[in-house]
Amino acid sequence: MLCVLAVAVTFAGLGFGLLLIPGTLLAVRRLANRTRRLAGEWCGVDIAVPYLPQPAADGEDPGFWLRFGRLLTDQATWRDLLWMTVDSSVGWVLTLVPAALVLWGLFGIAMPAVWSPIVHAGGNNWYAMIEVTSALTAWLCVPLGAAFVALGLWSGPHLLRPYGRFARSMLAPTRRAELALRVQHLTESRSDVVDTGAAQVRQIERDLHDGAQARLVAMGMTLDAAERVLDDNPAAARALLVEARDASARALAELRNLVRGIHPPVLADRGLADAVRALALDSPMKTHLVADLPGRPQAPVESAAYFAVSELLANVVKHAQAAEVWIDMRYERGLLRIDVTDDGQGGADASAGSGLRGIERRLGAFDGILALSSPPGGPTVVTMELPCELSSPKTSSS
Amino acid sequence: MRVVIAEDLFLLRDGLIRLLEAYGLEVAAAVDNGPDLRRAVLQERPDVAVVDVRLPPSFTDEGLRAALQARREVPGLPILVLSQYVEQLYARELLADGAGAVGYLLKDRVLDGRQFVEAVTRVAAGGTVMDPEVIARLLTRSGPDQALARLSPRERQVLELVAEGRSNAAIAQQLVITERAIAKHTSTIFTKLDLQPSDDDNRRVLAVLAYLGR
Repeated sequence: MLCVLAVAVTFAGLGFGLLLIPGTLLAVRRLANRTRRLAGEWCGVDIAVPYLPQPAADGEDPGFWLRFGRLLTDQATWRDLLWMTVDSSVGWVLTLVPAALVLWGLFGIAMPAVWSPIVHAGGNNWYAMIEVTSALTAWLCVPLGAAFVALGLWSGPHLLRPYGRFARSMLAPTRRAELALRVQHLTESRSDVVDTGAAQVRQIERDLHDGAQARLVAMGMTLDAAERVLDDNPAAARALLVEARDASARALAELRNLVRGIHPPVLADRGLADAVRALALDSPMKTHLVADLPGRPQAPVESAAYFAVSELLANVVKHAQAAEVWIDMRYERGLLRIDVTDDGQGGADASAGSGLRGIERRLGAFDGILALSSPPGGPTVVTMELPCELSSPKTSSS
Repeated sequence: MRVVIAEDLFLLRDGLIRLLEAYGLEVAAAVDNGPDLRRAVLQERPDVAVVDVRLPPSFTDEGLRAALQARREVPGLPILVLSQYVEQLYARELLADGAGAVGYLLKDRVLDGRQFVEAVTRVAAGGTVMDPEVIARLLTRSGPDQALARLSPRERQVLELVAEGRSNAAIAQQLVITERAIAKHTSTIFTKLDLQPSDDDNRRVLAVLAYLGR
């Protein structure tokens, strides 16, 4: 890889070398990412990915030079190159040591069979600190060789962790990169929150304008008409009054649905567990709920969690063809954890539907995460985690 | 018949008083918060309490909790709970003691004064009144249920009205068929759903609600 890069840089003067650089750097990233993953799997050392996001991965192409610039100005790119240089020696040594020990040990064990040709041909007759001159000294090499083999086998797994730590020291994000990533995440989630909030307010305004407000106007006109015909035609007036009453009932129903969508009353009254219980009661599927929450999260977190569960249940009804759903809510070590499992057909894809994306974004505003496991044939398990603090439970809500 | 009203919005409280008095009911007390409701009920011993779910001081389900508490202190106290929205969860809690004499209605229902007063009277007499919206949701929830699917559309209509707590006479009037036809429908429904038939209106609605709420 380094060679390709060297070639690319060498030919930069000729022009086409430049074109090779971004591709090579991205390949370096893939390699580094593989090491990060392997370090987690084999060495038990988790290494976060440090790269700043590439500009507009799904939008229009920002152009070659901008992408090139981003790559070169990302500190992680240079740290990757440093790692590749150092890893080719340190990593080599660290991985070679156990293998060398084992081979050297096997040579010791084989010494009784091979010493005499070597010594008689005038070769080196030292094995570690033993000078091999006779069958007896050759046999002495056997236990020593066995010890080397054992040391080699023992050291292998024990060197993995130091290697993992070494990789982390070079491949993990620096404090600065961490902060940059954090700022990036906060900027994105904040703009999501602001967008969603603004869209919601617009929607509410439209609903009120087209719904309740319009109905009240119509009601006023109907009542006015009723008043005009009251003396001449009481029967018609009565019919108009009935119409006005029906219109008021419809306006009420619309307002009720609107309120439920903004902040469900049962959530305000009883908190998350009972609000989800109410959702479960309304669900057409057989829904089992286990909730173990020693208190209530802050209202915004509670609301986000409620709407996430509500949307997931709606998703299950729409897509999963499930008969039963299990909801498990608990609070552990500063995390509100909610599992929603259904016995449907599986095969849900977070990237395909905008529903799961929406939930993810909603949770993202609180540093929450969503994980999906949905093999074809089911079951589908959605796990959500929201960091939050619980207030002490209200004694009155027993 | 003496009624205690708990409703915090002045306009609605005033409207309820006028409505009930217009139909010849006596409003013994009208209060605007949970603690006062309990005091009024203990003091006045009304035939029925009409309570808004959301009341001060907490502005949560204070009214529901105060009403349930009052019922523990005055056993058998009939309560009719009014709300801007209905939740099956709350319906269940009201029905939990299995004694009946409870009602749970959307506030919208006061728009039809005659039917509303009828509901108040029915609860006062120990009956059970459930909002059509609660029943509708119970029925959609029991959607995949095979037994419910075996009901004819007319039987389903009758079942809904039974679940709301109507008597045979009231159902007959609403559907414009004879009481005998209703009686026949209800007995078929009970057989299809494998329920114990009962002539007692209240036991009947409780059985149906328990069936739908499984």
